[in-house]
Amino acid sequence: MPIHDSPVTRQRPSYGLRAKDRRRDTIMKYVITASAFGAIAVIVLIFVFIGREALPVITSAEVHEEVTLKGMVTPVEWRATKPKTYIWQPVSEVPKYSLFPLLLGSLKATFVAILFATPFAVGAAMYSSEFAPRRAREIIKPVIEMLAGIPSVVLGFFALIVMAGWLKDAFDWKYRLNATSAGIALGIAVIPIIFTVAEEALRAVPRQYREAALALGASPWQIARRIVLPAAAPGIFAAVALGFGRAIGETMIVLMASGNAATWTLPLTDSVRTMSATVAAEMAEVVNGSAHYHVLFFIGALLFILTFLINLVGELYVGRLKRRLTGSAG
Amino acid sequence: MKTKLLLAVAIGAIMTAGIGVAGSSITLKGSDTMVILGQRWAENYMAANKGAVIQVTGGGSGTGIAALINGSADIAQSSRAMKDKEKLEVKTKRGAEPSEIATAMDGLAIYVHEGNPVAKLTLATIKEIYQGDILNWNELGGPDEEIVVYSRENNSGTYAYFKEFVLMTEDFAPAVQTLPGTASIINAVSKDEWSIGYGGIGYSSGVKILAVANNDSSAYFEPTEANVESGLYPLARPLFWYTIGEPTGDIKGLVDWVLSPAGQKVVTDVGYYPLPKAKTDEKAETAADANGE
Amino acid sequence: MADPTTIQRPDTAQSEPREFLARKSRWKRFLSPLPILTGFLAACVVAMLVIILWNVIAGGIGRLTWEFLSGAPTHGMAEGGIFPAIFGTVFLVILMTIAVIPLGVATAVYLRYYARPDAWFSRAVRVAVNNLAGVPAIVFGLFGLGFFIQFVGKGIDNTFFGGTLTFGQPAIIWASLTLALLTLPVVIVATEEAMRSLPNDYLEASYALGATRWQTISRVVIPNSMTGILTGGILAVSRGAGEVAPIMFTGAAYFLPYLPKKLNDQFMELGYHVYVMSTQSPDVEATLPVLYSTVLVLLLLTFALNALAVLIRYRLRGRQAV
Repeated sequence: MPIHDSPVTRQRPSYGLRAKDRRRDTIMKYVITASAFGAIAVIVLIFVFIGREALPVITSAEVHEEVTLKGMVTPVEWRATKPKTYIWQPVSEVPKYSLFPLLLGSLKATFVAILFATPFAVGAAMYSSEFAPRRAREIIKPVIEMLAGIPSVVLGFFALIVMAGWLKDAFDWKYRLNATSAGIALGIAVIPIIFTVAEEALRAVPRQYREAALALGASPWQIARRIVLPAAAPGIFAAVALGFGRAIGETMIVLMASGNAATWTLPLTDSVRTMSATVAAEMAEVVNGSAHYHVLFFIGALLFILTFLINLVGELYVGRLKRRLTGSAG
Repeated sequence: MKTKLLLAVAIGAIMTAGIGVAGSSITLKGSDTMVILGQRWAENYMAANKGAVIQVTGGGSGTGIAALINGSADIAQSSRAMKDKEKLEVKTKRGAEPSEIATAMDGLAIYVHEGNPVAKLTLATIKEIYQGDILNWNELGGPDEEIVVYSRENNSGTYAYFKEFVLMTEDFAPAVQTLPGTASIINAVSKDEWSIGYGGIGYSSGVKILAVANNDSSAYFEPTEANVESGLYPLARPLFWYTIGEPTGDIKGLVDWVLSPAGQKVVTDVGYYPLPKAKTDEKAETAADANGE
Repeated sequence: MADPTTIQRPDTAQSEPREFLARKSRWKRFLSPLPILTGFLAACVVAMLVIILWNVIAGGIGRLTWEFLSGAPTHGMAEGGIFPAIFGTVFLVILMTIAVIPLGVATAVYLRYYARPDAWFSRAVRVAVNNLAGVPAIVFGLFGLGFFIQFVGKGIDNTFFGGTLTFGQPAIIWASLTLALLTLPVVIVATEEAMRSLPNDYLEASYALGATRWQTISRVVIPNSMTGILTGGILAVSRGAGEVAPIMFTGAAYFLPYLPKKLNDQFMELGYHVYVMSTQSPDVEATLPVLYSTVLVLLLLTFALNALAVLIRYRLRGRQAV
């Protein structure tokens, strides 16, 4: 782009070629590049620092006195009369740090969230891109944006104070605060992401496909089911993946509405304790440098890696979608 | 561009100009059981002593003690006694042994929903409920309903106290739900008909308090002021303040006020129980002596 | 290809398009299941928003008075106002903006005008930015604690304050820097979008007049992208005002008798206040009205900011059309 150094311009002693300007240009080049360095440095820094505080779980002998990597994945003894199982009870005579209940908790809540959100989000996206009259579309778009703008603490508040009670009475659950009530609120939180990416994917299906199908006499139903959906499938998959990544990392909603019990059971209506809520709830209490402190950072690192990988998968699929559509001309 | 830069620098300069060491403000951190008490004490003390600045945060007794060790709090409010390990950390990291001051009394109450017919339990039964050995109210003379069990987060002094004195240092059952503050437990118990929870006496409203007995053969006591003061209630406990070394200067002023009748009146207003008369009179005497000398 | 009129239709066994159209009456075609089903699902999403907003407005509008917005909390948060929380949120967000806009704009400018598109470094920056957007908020909180408070803060304490605890503890500066990192991708994307819509002619004209790259950027690109940058800033503020997890252990507090004035003060904040009041308030029933009103204030704030950003974006598009 810059052409200030060509033979033509070098001859003209005009604006922009004063040494002062050239110097400033060079300085600003370094400033700007350094700022960009800053952005990449941040993500590297996050890796480094969280890793640094999480590493002692694997390497430090002092930490190993209280908890080991193996200890976090094997069943532990918690009562003489009961069988060994996975227990998360870090503040105890014999601290117990089983990771599995936390992992399961996160997965359960996220699973409910995706199960709840996907039909609504993808359905609405399909309606908006295929069937909706202009007025309906003009309502849906702002609604989605407003939903996206609601802070997660407000959704957590709503789930805790209002929704959990409704749901418990409606479905006659044993627990009011459980994976499902938190999961539904979580689902409401990720509907905007899934909607946005899915709608984009549906819109990206070339008009020619639809027009060709119409010309052959297909009904809207057939067009959607046989042409548009399959073509947009990778994008919709990416949308769900991104929603999953967002849901599993979400903290406030599960902290307020999931009951925070580190259970190791299957039912989705049991209370759960997620990884993110555990970190948020227990971080304030730990003494710096204690084994508990390092384990919490370890969990944070796990969360970071998990979301990183899920987002990578989502992006890969979006890339694949783009290539498929642009490369499949005819 | 330039004016914006100048503006940013000016704002930054103004902001940093005020930086210094914390000054004469006192930071209280810790027990959620005591946070409302701490706030009221702070409010009243600041009203009576212009120029005093006290800030109060909750987070659990464990948080307060951790803050004391880290140096980000002057006084740790704790609803449990400090462990020896923690006292050692204070000594190594802050250079002095922590000073333990009892500031009020509390009767750790066991709550159930108002409509629950069960009215009294022994400590052993409560232990069995919280460890998942008893799962249904019909084992306790109530209706055929599963028990929903609530507890506090593990940074809570109330949690630690309960674990030590009711569970005998054993673990909670995994199915026990944990909530961040006593108030949220009360709120949950008032909403879930067949639930049970525990917490400081100062918070109770809208729930039923059970009478507790040491064992099958002893009498059942409710956590009233008399029972707590005399120690008849099995779960009577002091609420502590911990400072680094003996309190001096502003902190000492605050501590003395809290132990005085004025401070103890606030305790009653909030709903907890004041220190036994003997203790407060003794402290008042030593305070008076110190002033008179 | 064979005769088009005899292609096998997917569903029907028919081979004549005209017959197919004739069979399904107009009425039936409209009422085919998919549009109705998806329309219903879309309506449900709208209903969700309406229910939540209705509940919050109904519960909170009662206390929304000027006294509420300007007074301090009293009676253990059951009465009084939430001014300290509003002040803390505003102060927090101002600091965050001062940090995030320069860094975000610079990174976007780099990506567009300085980077060679195929160079590994610029690709790495882009990957970094995309992934930063997906990092959970709680991880930012951990980072804020582990890096800003423990490392930078303690370092500052040891170097400049001889070890006394000034910056190595939760403070508004660390919370705002943590939020700045969280909202960095928002600003970068918005700035890029704005710069992308700048016609190439502007750039060519500038260079033809002999301007340096930096002069072009500072005098042509940035002024013309101002609306986009502003949009990004507003969206960042709206996001930052609502996040609680990153500030929980980097500086937010529940009850402070003073307003934050110094960079190393703690602060009250709307979102954090909602969280603590929902879960740890001394008497949830008594503080419920105040809680609802606080939620309403927070929602109004974030919605107003989002609406402002949308408005600016429309103006931007309108201008482009000219």
